[in-house]
Amino acid sequence: MSATGTYNKLVPEPTPHSAPYWEGLNRGKLLLQKCGGCGEIRHYPRPMCPSCHSMEVEWVEASGRGVIHSWTITHHAFHPGVRDDLPYTLATVDLEEGVRMLAQLRGVPDDKLRIGLPVRVEFETVKEGLTLPYLVPGEPA
Amino acid sequence: MSLREKGAITGVGETAYSRESGRSVLSLQLEASLKAIEDAGLKPTDIDGVIPYASGVVAEDFITNLGLPDLRFSAVTPLGGASCVAAVQCAVAAIAAGICNHVLIPVGRNGASQGRIGMRVQQMPQFRVVGEFEMPLGAIAPAQLYAPMARRHMELYGTTSRQLGEIAVSTRANAMLNGNAVMTKPMTIEDHQASRMISDPFRLFDCSLESDGSCAIVVSGVERARDLRKPPVVVMGVAEGHPDSPSVITQRPDMTRFGLAKAAPRAFEMAGVKHDDIDVAEIYDCFTFVVMCQLEDLGFCKKGEGGPFVESGAIRLGGKLPVNTHGGLLSQAHMVGMNHIAELVRQLRGEAGKAQVRDAEIGLVTGYGDMGDGSVAIMRRG
Repeated sequence: MSATGTYNKLVPEPTPHSAPYWEGLNRGKLLLQKCGGCGEIRHYPRPMCPSCHSMEVEWVEASGRGVIHSWTITHHAFHPGVRDDLPYTLATVDLEEGVRMLAQLRGVPDDKLRIGLPVRVEFETVKEGLTLPYLVPGEPA
Repeated sequence: MSLREKGAITGVGETAYSRESGRSVLSLQLEASLKAIEDAGLKPTDIDGVIPYASGVVAEDFITNLGLPDLRFSAVTPLGGASCVAAVQCAVAAIAAGICNHVLIPVGRNGASQGRIGMRVQQMPQFRVVGEFEMPLGAIAPAQLYAPMARRHMELYGTTSRQLGEIAVSTRANAMLNGNAVMTKPMTIEDHQASRMISDPFRLFDCSLESDGSCAIVVSGVERARDLRKPPVVVMGVAEGHPDSPSVITQRPDMTRFGLAKAAPRAFEMAGVKHDDIDVAEIYDCFTFVVMCQLEDLGFCKKGEGGPFVESGAIRLGGKLPVNTHGGLLSQAHMVGMNHIAELVRQLRGEAGKAQVRDAEIGLVTGYGDMGDGSVAIMRRG
């Protein structure tokens, strides 16, 4: 959290379809949509299941465990709010639930990055009402 | 009904490309439009269709400024960098349906002097999902959103930064032959390797330019095209394709496969040609890796073999498949790929000057946009 209390990064604008996801993060939970019709898990949140077209949804808590699918290490500030974070690693992760997420990865040296590296999700409250996920090294499955 | 050989590119027009035009986007587009109309041997009043690019300029602006008495068709094709070639498909479809005869497709921007791409994308509706779920985590610009595709390709197939660099170097060499390119100094592989890291594995020289200027084309019915000023460049096959998980790359089952992989077989089948028939290819190049991945998705080499393919010199002028003979978005100017269409037309007319591919009769042009939209047109000298 910023020491001065001013948060100058981009912030999400939750929709009726995604509000439970963001509220879940605020409670330290990574919530995924599970189709109320066929049970398929999908991410990112959206109104309709592409398989059975049900708009019924339940929210299930993800284990937070996954493995790296790919990554990038950013050295350029594309927004003033990230200047102090450079360089930072963004990892695409295959979650155990079969969907992917993207978040900043901490605690892994660049030369140790590889596809399949186990990671797990942690949570960080960055400002009042906004908690974001980040990734740390995880235990091998 | 197929769109095969129903339309032709009859006119192309370009302004000077620069980093600061000092002019409005509309005035740039009107200049390029007039040049394209004149190149076709038409009068502005002959234009009865227009497909504007999503740049704040609308069909009404062309009616008002060009004095179009009876515009019968207007549309937009919002596929980011795949928009221009998708607009060719849209234009040929409208012409084949008998709605109109001569469609103007203008693109123009002050991409360098007003609003850089990295900041602009946050406002685009195609980036809404990424805007909510990824930008707050620091994945903000296309360079960052696309880099994991390149990284995965490198990890799976052994693709190297130097192979990506070969695309930048080859494209720069072509820009040096073009009198209207923003970048005019030669580039070596060492220059590429020494350029600063933007978002690994993309270095500065893996990224396209941000440019000011405009490029426009006129698409006409193939019958009318024969009576115009220049030899027509006939659209043999054209298609657009949308990738799986079109709004976010993160969730795409195979993030090394673009929408182009769906469009390419349709375009080749429509055109009735094979890969060996293609004499020259203008491949959308917002990033070096995007060129490599499209060469694979098009079928010029197998998935994963794009690195060795470009390293062999295949895409150089004089190579097996000369690519981006004008200098592309990487080194000529970022005109959303309309400059790629203009270059293909010049190549097939034999007007490409020092970059002319000898006896070029059939060529291909692609677009790549947003989170992986693709478009492709195969054209021949008429």
